[in-house]
Amino acid sequence: MPDRIVIDPVTRIEGHAKISIFLGDDGAATAARFHVTEFRGFEKMYEGRPFWEMPAITARVCGICPVSHLTASAKAGDQILAVRVPPAAVKLRRFANWAQVLQSHALSFFHLSSPDLLLGMDADPAKRNIFGLIADNPDLARAGIRLRQFGQRIIAALGGQKVHPAWVVPGGVRHALPDEDKEWVRERLPEAKQTTLAAIGLFKGLLDKFRDEAEVFGKFPSLHLGLVGPDGTWETYDGNMRFAAADGKTVAEVDPARYKEFIAERAESWSYIKSTYCKPLGPDAGMYRVGPLARLNVCDRMGTPQADRELVEFRARGREATNASFLFHLARLIEILASAERIEGMLDDPDLQSADIRAEAGVNNPEGVGCCEAPRGILFHHYHVTGDGLIREANLLIATAQNNLAMNRTVTQIARRYVTGKDVPEGILNRLEAGIRAFDPCLSCSTHAAGQMPLRVELVGPDGEVVGELRRG
Amino acid sequence: MTAVTLTIDGKLVTARADETILQAARANGIPIPTLCHVDGLSAHGGCRLCLVEAGPGGRLQPACVIKVAEGQDVRTDTAKLREYRKLILELLFAEGNHVCAVCVANGNCELQDAAAAAGMDHLTLDYTHPRREVDLSHDRFGVDHNRCILCTRCVRACDELEGAHTWDMSGRGANSKVITDLNQPWGESATCTSCGKCFMACPTGAIFRKGATVAEMDHGRAKLDFLITARGRKQWNV
Repeated sequence: MPDRIVIDPVTRIEGHAKISIFLGDDGAATAARFHVTEFRGFEKMYEGRPFWEMPAITARVCGICPVSHLTASAKAGDQILAVRVPPAAVKLRRFANWAQVLQSHALSFFHLSSPDLLLGMDADPAKRNIFGLIADNPDLARAGIRLRQFGQRIIAALGGQKVHPAWVVPGGVRHALPDEDKEWVRERLPEAKQTTLAAIGLFKGLLDKFRDEAEVFGKFPSLHLGLVGPDGTWETYDGNMRFAAADGKTVAEVDPARYKEFIAERAESWSYIKSTYCKPLGPDAGMYRVGPLARLNVCDRMGTPQADRELVEFRARGREATNASFLFHLARLIEILASAERIEGMLDDPDLQSADIRAEAGVNNPEGVGCCEAPRGILFHHYHVTGDGLIREANLLIATAQNNLAMNRTVTQIARRYVTGKDVPEGILNRLEAGIRAFDPCLSCSTHAAGQMPLRVELVGPDGEVVGELRRG
Repeated sequence: MTAVTLTIDGKLVTARADETILQAARANGIPIPTLCHVDGLSAHGGCRLCLVEAGPGGRLQPACVIKVAEGQDVRTDTAKLREYRKLILELLFAEGNHVCAVCVANGNCELQDAAAAAGMDHLTLDYTHPRREVDLSHDRFGVDHNRCILCTRCVRACDELEGAHTWDMSGRGANSKVITDLNQPWGESATCTSCGKCFMACPTGAIFRKGATVAEMDHGRAKLDFLITARGRKQWNV
């Protein structure tokens, strides 16, 4: 009898999700779905609140990437104030967002995904986690944790706390970088870069071992979307949004304020997360990916020497290879390197200690779109306000929702490759999860969903009946 | 002025006969928590946080309005009082929408401080989640009724210090709210002088400086105390 396998909850991701695998009459997987089972509803909560409070409230969407939400929200606020943010504040915001990208990527690679990569997809699930990694390779685990600490400490130095710092505000930022923290950053920079380079070397060395996974963990042509600077350089704070085709050619490059013309959102009855696609191309041809892999596929260059060397090598793998979602991991590590280099390049800029960091004004514009790159991909906050500055309507477009179509295609690809019947070995279930982990989804961000992480896999027969269920967490 | 002698928490103290229990206690270094009380403004007796056990049978009385009496035996810190104060704070939290984590007054809020001091770390009551408004029509300040505890400090500061009497109360019971002029948007008030004394007097983030983000607001309360002393005693202590 045909079946459905359910993996619930999906582990080592941020948020709650499950995977359903649909089996045909022959017992082989025909399709799979990635369901997000949590609902947050932040957009509704914002209504009626002063937009000045929004950055701090929106930061609560996510404890991993609060700085990105703060930044996108404050940028929407900048537009409502209709001010030009002081150049020193722009630099400080950039500085914080690089630290954000660095620490979040370090979390994804070292804490969440490296147990699969280093201990093996089929390793004992009881040990296939950060604690198993600590037991197996304490030096690497420590280096990864310290790398994340490096980014978190920068965020705390600027915002007063690591998680939810209410530091980026409409019009600018609240404080400059204290001198003593600047020196701490200088001291720790070489170690951060060294750890990153070592991880890049390690991952490249593992690619042979995971050749099979790299082929089926979401390897398909799609569009890629990310911010680029005016000259096409990798960008996390400002610039244009660029859609690139699977072959790397630019399809469209526009001001992010026009995102609604280019991005359509679609709700599914089986998931709390919305799916987005490139509007002019429709839901099939318009499927796109965001995040580290996409940013490396859309940019012309990284803009820093070591990261550029890595980008050249990354691109040398061929465009087919750089459409493999398994390479999200490598792209993530290259972005850590780029972020560390950017932090190093700006560290001695006197503007980081400037007192001119906040422009104040009233409500001069009824609407604002704020856009930046969160670690997981491009992020939009779009607000409409009353004449007094109360939020009338808010729309958040989160990276993970933008990867949703690609994540669903990824689990389908993995299921079709490995699932041949109702009895699925644990290591195969883990590959389904690992395929999702490559995207580093943040479900609490994308569904306005709370709580712990854990995977459920459901096996569904052609008649829709659930015939098998595997739980973990 | 006649002096009276009374006992507060077992300590023999002397006070002027026209003083309240609260004044006598504080003058003798005995703390009693308050929320609606501001030294120098008229007593309101609304929040009941300053309840003490006074007189025969340990009757519960608000220390901010009850005068001292000869031979009075006052207790300010009993298990019963601690329990009632915690409950009072729970009621205040349950009847409004107080979300410290995203409040402009986080870290600078007397309600938050009182809850922390009383050990009120969660509610045993259900939140009522009332639908209340935010008024940002004033040029400099906003009022968020979600965070208002109806202590009337703004009303008294505006009336007794500034003399404008822009603020007052409207409604009854759960529908009570502070209003400006004839319940019109603050920005349209003909009487408001924009002096900011209501903002300084507010114990929570209910009256806030526009443009402030989370945990950013300083009420500038010291300035209010300076004004009260200057006007009341003709002393300009800076």
